[in-house]
Amino acid sequence: MPMCKRLALLIVISVLSAPAQSPKHGVGRKPTEQEMRALGVTVAPDGTGLPEGSGTVAEGRALFAQRCARCHGEKAEGNIGPALHGGQGSLATPKPRKTVGSFWPYAPKVWDYVNRAMPFDQPGLLTHSEVYSAVAFILFLNGLVGENEVLNAKSLAKIRMPNRDGFVPDPRPDIKRK
Amino acid sequence: MKKTSRRQALGAALGGGLLAGAGKARAEDARTLGKPLSGYSERSPFVKSMRSTRQSKTPEAGSSATPLAETYGIITPSALHYERHHSGVPAIDPAQHRLVIHGLVERPLILTMDDIRRLPSVSRIHFLECGGNSGGEWGPKTGPDAQRACGLASCSEWTGVPLRLILNEVGLKPNASWLIAEGADACRMQRSVPIVKALDDALLAYGQNGEPLRPGQGFPLRLLTPGWEGNGQVKWLRSLEVTDQPGMTRDETSKYSDLMPDGKARIFTLPQEAKSVVTFPSGGQTLPGPGLYELTGLAWTGKGRIVRVEVTFDGGHTWRDTRLDEPRFRMAFTRFRLPWRWDGKPATIASRATDESGYVQPTREQLIEARGMNSGYHFNGIKLWKIAADGIVTNADV
Repeated sequence: MPMCKRLALLIVISVLSAPAQSPKHGVGRKPTEQEMRALGVTVAPDGTGLPEGSGTVAEGRALFAQRCARCHGEKAEGNIGPALHGGQGSLATPKPRKTVGSFWPYAPKVWDYVNRAMPFDQPGLLTHSEVYSAVAFILFLNGLVGENEVLNAKSLAKIRMPNRDGFVPDPRPDIKRK
Repeated sequence: MKKTSRRQALGAALGGGLLAGAGKARAEDARTLGKPLSGYSERSPFVKSMRSTRQSKTPEAGSSATPLAETYGIITPSALHYERHHSGVPAIDPAQHRLVIHGLVERPLILTMDDIRRLPSVSRIHFLECGGNSGGEWGPKTGPDAQRACGLASCSEWTGVPLRLILNEVGLKPNASWLIAEGADACRMQRSVPIVKALDDALLAYGQNGEPLRPGQGFPLRLLTPGWEGNGQVKWLRSLEVTDQPGMTRDETSKYSDLMPDGKARIFTLPQEAKSVVTFPSGGQTLPGPGLYELTGLAWTGKGRIVRVEVTFDGGHTWRDTRLDEPRFRMAFTRFRLPWRWDGKPATIASRATDESGYVQPTREQLIEARGMNSGYHFNGIKLWKIAADGIVTNADV
């Protein structure tokens, strides 16, 4: 390889790998396993990271009445908190209704959000299995699982949300100059 | 007799007049001492500017808007910086706070605030604007004043560590392309940041306007992605996970995405496009009568510097250039001013910003034409104010 080409390649490699250089400042330390666990669960859109545990629609219905209905309404029709079902087919109309069923693209992310942020006044209260139950009930209300569905890491990852392909990249600037 | 100059004579006459009045002073007219020195100052009791808040059954989730028309220059007082929270403001002891950087990295790291403050730092002036700022302007009932029309925007001097410096410490793996940032608020809010922005100008900020971050701004540590929508600039930052894909979190899919008339939603609409607003005269104010005023306002863009702000007095038919305050910082408020003599006739005024990318702030009608009425976020349209013959200034859209 001629020198100049080799040099160019070297520059390209060094630019690409610039962030992977050795640490310059040497601050901090490696987190312990305990510290990593304390970060809690983050679930990827494809379900990677979903923990053990399982829940049913029936358990979810009872849990919902107890913990969720106060804000979301008895039938999850929305109150202080948003409606959690309905609106499928409404997104391209003048009155779109964005709900879990009509708008959310990934079922595992419903689990992730309920687990990290609900119930509103005590996030983190629910066990992993309770979160599966709550999600099972919400998906049942949206017609996305049957009444006897048992949700766990495997079954939840398989559910395809109706609006899975409803998101597009940012095309801006999108204003035509006159 | 000593010769007195005209100036001395004048001074004596004026002083004599004042003294004649003071000479009648009774004991109770004696001046009282002011307040003693204090360790921390409060504003004058005559200054009443407040952020706007709404009554809510869940006051931990919501927003408060900056009274833009009651600020001077380009820096928003920290106590009036807009806030948007999803589960309240956590009370964090900085000695206990940790940031973990993990995922697709060679060397995961846990950092204390002391560790972070030992690293080379920078101070930069940047605006912050909620992706939902001016959301009401899409609808039929637009904001009656600058605060309620576009007050989810503020500008501060931020101090912190360039994020790329910390990413160099952990060493990115070749497939690293996104970061998932997580806050230590009760809902552990997450947003995804493209690694390109993280390696460009993103900061881990711990200082704001010369002091530590206010709790509502993420004390003790927040992410800053200059010029991008506020929601991604995660406060109370506790975790940065390096990944090969975005997290597709609730706040970047079901929220802060722009629903188009065809039912598709634009996702990751991150840079805030150029925007401006006249803050004087603006809705809710009254001009006491014809005569000279200084028209002024604020402009900003997520794509570098503001290069031009024009104003109209005839509802957009003709435009005049304003003077821009210097220096103009990248992704910061720019103050514009124009001496203006009001003739007492009704006028419809507005400002229009242009940034260094050549982008020109659009009208509300152009935005609606491009995106429909239901996109909800990222409104940056021209805001018109109507001045009536009696000097009362109102929102011109209603």
